[in-house]
Amino acid sequence: MTGSNPFLPILATVQEVIEETPNIKTFRVSLDDPEVRETFDFKPGQVAQLSVFGVGEATFVINSPPSERDYLQFTVMRVGEVTTKLHELRTGDKVGVRGPLGNWFPYEEMKGKDVLLIAGGIGMAPLRTLLLFILENRADYGRVTLLYGCRTPQDMCFKGDIPHWRSQRDVEVILTVDRRAPGWTEMVGLVPEVLKEIAPSPKGTVAVTCGPPVMIKYTLEALKELGFGDEQIVTTLERRMKCGVGLCGRCNIGSRYVCKDGPVFTLAQLKALPAEVF
Amino acid sequence: MVGDEAKFLPHEAIFEALTEWAKRYSLFVPAEEEKGVFWRLFEPGIKVELGLRPLEPPKRLFFPPTEVLLRFSYKERQILPEIPKDDTPLLVFGIRPCDLHGLKVLDQVLGQQDPYWKKRFVRAVFVSQPCTGAYDTCFCTWVGINPKEAKGADVSLVELNGGWLLQPLTERGRSLLEVGILEKPSFSHLAEAQELLSRIEVQKGEDLNGLAENFYRSFDDLPFWRHMTFKCKACAICTFLCPTCFCFNITDEKGHEGVLRLRTWDSCMFFHYTLEASGHNPRPTKAERYRNRIGHKFCYHPERYTDYGCTGCGRCIKYCPVSLDVREVLRRIKRY
Repeated sequence: MTGSNPFLPILATVQEVIEETPNIKTFRVSLDDPEVRETFDFKPGQVAQLSVFGVGEATFVINSPPSERDYLQFTVMRVGEVTTKLHELRTGDKVGVRGPLGNWFPYEEMKGKDVLLIAGGIGMAPLRTLLLFILENRADYGRVTLLYGCRTPQDMCFKGDIPHWRSQRDVEVILTVDRRAPGWTEMVGLVPEVLKEIAPSPKGTVAVTCGPPVMIKYTLEALKELGFGDEQIVTTLERRMKCGVGLCGRCNIGSRYVCKDGPVFTLAQLKALPAEVF
Repeated sequence: MVGDEAKFLPHEAIFEALTEWAKRYSLFVPAEEEKGVFWRLFEPGIKVELGLRPLEPPKRLFFPPTEVLLRFSYKERQILPEIPKDDTPLLVFGIRPCDLHGLKVLDQVLGQQDPYWKKRFVRAVFVSQPCTGAYDTCFCTWVGINPKEAKGADVSLVELNGGWLLQPLTERGRSLLEVGILEKPSFSHLAEAQELLSRIEVQKGEDLNGLAENFYRSFDDLPFWRHMTFKCKACAICTFLCPTCFCFNITDEKGHEGVLRLRTWDSCMFFHYTLEASGHNPRPTKAERYRNRIGHKFCYHPERYTDYGCTGCGRCIKYCPVSLDVREVLRRIKRY
């Protein structure tokens, strides 16, 4: 918790750096103060600001499950200033963590339902937390289908996790890449197209999607075609953020702030906002 | 509004009174300088000008254009917050109703969570004067402000022939007026103040009811918004001079001993404000950005906090290099 000063990060140490893809790394960081580490609590889908002191902060979803007390996991694509610096970090380096921020996936409301997870590229990160949370509370949820697409096989994150997910009861994992590639034995095609091909039933199902804006846009259309209602579709948004607590102004869509009122929205909620989402 | 507790401050005694207050408060007054009237910390020799509204709103007194949020020391590897240490309360003397309302709007946003704002704002004392004449760019009555009223102030201040009448409105105001130099006002002083207030002409404002509905209807009409912002230079002076704009950026600055994390005013009128690292920008042109500014002031802010995010001070009109007039834009939305 950041206490009474929402701008104050918690000091943390990089425990492990995992290379996911040529431009994506996963960082496991542990909060330095043992007491804070014990009490730091968050819900699946919540985000945090990672600080590299001297460079700045950027927002990432916490993609370890809340039950993991030893570290918080963040998966970072090297794109801008902060992420480039993050990619230079090694075990033992100091970072700041400010969070948890924002809302979370409606995991209570999803109980008793089948879950369809649709991820594109690094959009798998938030869904990873939700998937792990569901696996830990397996009896509360029905069938789980994960459709995870990337541009190429090299761009796929969490490769080590996939065999484990596939071995779970009532979990189906469908992987796809945009174009055929040597050695690739899974599906080929863009996420929305593959989604229409596998045509999951909307009955008693909640679809949760995260990925690049253009993928989300066409995925929403595909889900609509398949008969999913606006209340059955959940997504988590990205915006440029600074404060993370609804003060600095930039991440608004209409009167809502993605950092504070989101990042998780149902399609029904998004449709009530001005059309500035994608 | 004038009563038993009122005090009279003769013109010739104002410097003495302000000097007395400056001992107990960080006293800010409108001061005349070469380039106009600005809010300045009171000091000997300052040219106090209560007759003109300062060019800038008093926002920066509570929310500085740049401030240090925290420090990170390399050696101790510690994060230290930089909450202002000075406990002297601020006294803002001669503020107009529009500008005081502007601070109230900012407090709706920052007052809940921002310890830096709170430290300066919660103990501040305001001496407010009614507005005796509107500029031709003023439209405070459109957004529900009564320019005669010292709403939210601790003391109201009315200039009479020969001095000022000060009327405490709160406990803080009463304690402020406990200085020896102030006199008991005569009946004629009280009558003169009342007469003066009754003479102020308040312009009838445009009715903004139904504006939000029209705004949302116009939202997807990008050609309309392009037309509205055709001449806009995206210079953002409207946001920097706005008494209610609060957008900020957070950046790090490296020093020899550590890192300073700074907060700096930012503006929704800038392209990079919403630019994401991926290159995606949800508000790529000035049409979307100005639409957001209008939406924020007149729809989003009232939805979140009830008041309009605008005080009608008209600085955005007065200082716009291309005279983009928000009143005209509001009228166009009303007719949309």
